[in-house]
Amino acid sequence: MTALLEVRDLTVRFDTEEGVVHAVNGVSFDLAAGEILAVVGESGCGKTVTAMSIPGLLPSTSAQVQGSIRLEGTELLTMTPRQLRSVRGKQVSVVFQEPMTSLNPAFTVGRQIREVLQQHEGLSRRAAQARAVELLELVRIPAPVKRVDEYPHQLSGGMRQRVMIAIAVACSPKVLIADEPTTALDVTIQAGILDVMRDLRDRLGTAIILITHDLGVVADIADRVVVMYAGRRVEQAGVHPLFAAPQHPYTNGLLGAIPQTHKGVEQVARQRLTEIPGMVPSLKSDPDVCSFAPRCPRATQECHDHRPPLEAVLPEHLVACHHPGPNP
Amino acid sequence: MSGDTSGPVLEVTDLVKHFSAGSAFGRGGGSVKAVDGVSFTIGKGQILGLVGESGSGKSTVGRCVTRLIDPTSGSMKLLGTEISSLSRRQMRALRRDVHIVFQDPYSSLNPRMTISQIVAEPLRLHKIASGTALEKRVADMLARTGLRPETSDRFPHELSGGQRQRVGLARALALEPSLLIADEPVSALDVSVQASILNLITDLQRDMGFSCLFITHDLSVVEFISDAIAVMYLGKIVETASRTALFHDPQHPYTQSLLSAAPVPDPASQRSRERIVLGGDMPSPLDPPPGCAFHTRCPVAVDRCRSETPPLVGVTSPDHPVACHLVDARTGRPDVAAADDAGRHARVHDQA
Repeated sequence: MTALLEVRDLTVRFDTEEGVVHAVNGVSFDLAAGEILAVVGESGCGKTVTAMSIPGLLPSTSAQVQGSIRLEGTELLTMTPRQLRSVRGKQVSVVFQEPMTSLNPAFTVGRQIREVLQQHEGLSRRAAQARAVELLELVRIPAPVKRVDEYPHQLSGGMRQRVMIAIAVACSPKVLIADEPTTALDVTIQAGILDVMRDLRDRLGTAIILITHDLGVVADIADRVVVMYAGRRVEQAGVHPLFAAPQHPYTNGLLGAIPQTHKGVEQVARQRLTEIPGMVPSLKSDPDVCSFAPRCPRATQECHDHRPPLEAVLPEHLVACHHPGPNP
Repeated sequence: MSGDTSGPVLEVTDLVKHFSAGSAFGRGGGSVKAVDGVSFTIGKGQILGLVGESGSGKSTVGRCVTRLIDPTSGSMKLLGTEISSLSRRQMRALRRDVHIVFQDPYSSLNPRMTISQIVAEPLRLHKIASGTALEKRVADMLARTGLRPETSDRFPHELSGGQRQRVGLARALALEPSLLIADEPVSALDVSVQASILNLITDLQRDMGFSCLFITHDLSVVEFISDAIAVMYLGKIVETASRTALFHDPQHPYTQSLLSAAPVPDPASQRSRERIVLGGDMPSPLDPPPGCAFHTRCPVAVDRCRSETPPLVGVTSPDHPVACHLVDARTGRPDVAAADDAGRHARVHDQA
């Protein structure tokens, strides 16, 4: 399987008034065509920054991005803004978390979909309008002929997110980056959006990078998972091995922290949840230690002395821990 | 406090809250039927999970019960005392017995007060303690909620979201109320922090024995914490049951789809589950549909559902009331998953 997207040693630092923030530290991963890769972690772990650096959406004034991001062999990080514009929307597109604020309230849904098609595909207004209706149908919006002429405020949150997805896939991008696409939505609506994304992958072969903190969503839709903590990958594996035998204590902690609802109602009953004590470390520096060690039940002196390398404990199952293994 | 101690802690009957829509100048008109005839009881030491999606009216119920907003009609009995029509002054004494924890730990604490002042405030206002006794009570509450003593001189902005929610709990429980209203107390928190707050509420409940109305949209959380569960849809309770009964035998088609839509954190079981994907969105509470409010999205709705409002009654068991015409005493719940499979294709085209 050759990689569609190769991210190598991605490092992102932000210059802030309070000094440098090491948001992403040497993250590498591959994405194959038609693959759904989930990037999981809690607030501030760098998952969104990692994803936004791919289409070059970080502010160039404060963010220093280093490393390499190659899309089908073409380096994206050295592209000029003009070159990047032809990549965004056409080859790599993004669905943001907030369906309420990411559409322009002053334009109809149809106009916002047409814009992408006219810009990238050179379609006529009429052809773009027809295509917009097809796209709304693709994301399962009822009565697309009517909806295409409506404004965002006339649509519900779930519908707006469908419109965002329609815009994102208008030019059949190779990579779709979905940043917490269902977090703001109710579960019954979420299920529909996840179905749409699965469908796009199956029908159009779109590769998807799904940024989420919800392990239920990951279990539902992902093929492979990258777990991030404090700007680094701490574990990476296929979705089944990751849930069956999580290796990193942080991954174990995350899985133990949510009620294990699939085990049946008697098991869930007031069974204690695993707490992860302490707080996420400050990203002001990037010392050579395991950044999870202060919160880790398995930490030893070694963890405070050296950062564990990310190594394969099993084939295709990478973990950065001196003491890997599932919790008993 | 007053009232009898053997009966339910909270008894809500036919609670209605309509907000008037339209401008302050009386144009537009209409009313948002946020809560439209809700009844439930919470026994001593019981945790009732009130579940529903955004706009179902679950938070409005919580706010009515604390009298933060005044209900349009209906009865609410706290420890046997009718509180729906009490004046603010009369309510003040009863406020010792019901306290609320809000969703957003960032905006629900006064930024200009220290943590100890925040936790001491209810004790001072109700003249429970002063001086060193007050200090001791505050220190004790902080310890019980897992906050370090040095936290007491800090201000809210110096604390993390999880710590602030602990402060919210310490404040709410300082007077040892009979009833705690928890309105989405963990929704704004990261999962690892969520776990510690849920564990804390469970521990405090066991130690202090308060009853709790736990309002949430997250089914895994109610499954973890509740004794009984009420499911709300568009201002009405559509099903109530014990936790076990609800998860083993969800009867209302909405409950069935809600349970099937919440992904479980296990890829093998999640991918092999039968799932019901609802079409459409929740209708507007300004103009709820006639009959059963869920019929617009229900995969098994029949003509009767479109005209006749189903009552909330126990069909298969008196302890398991459900508001659905299709639940049958003999055959039990309607098979929504099967109907959904067959009907999905047709329905997508129907709507278009």
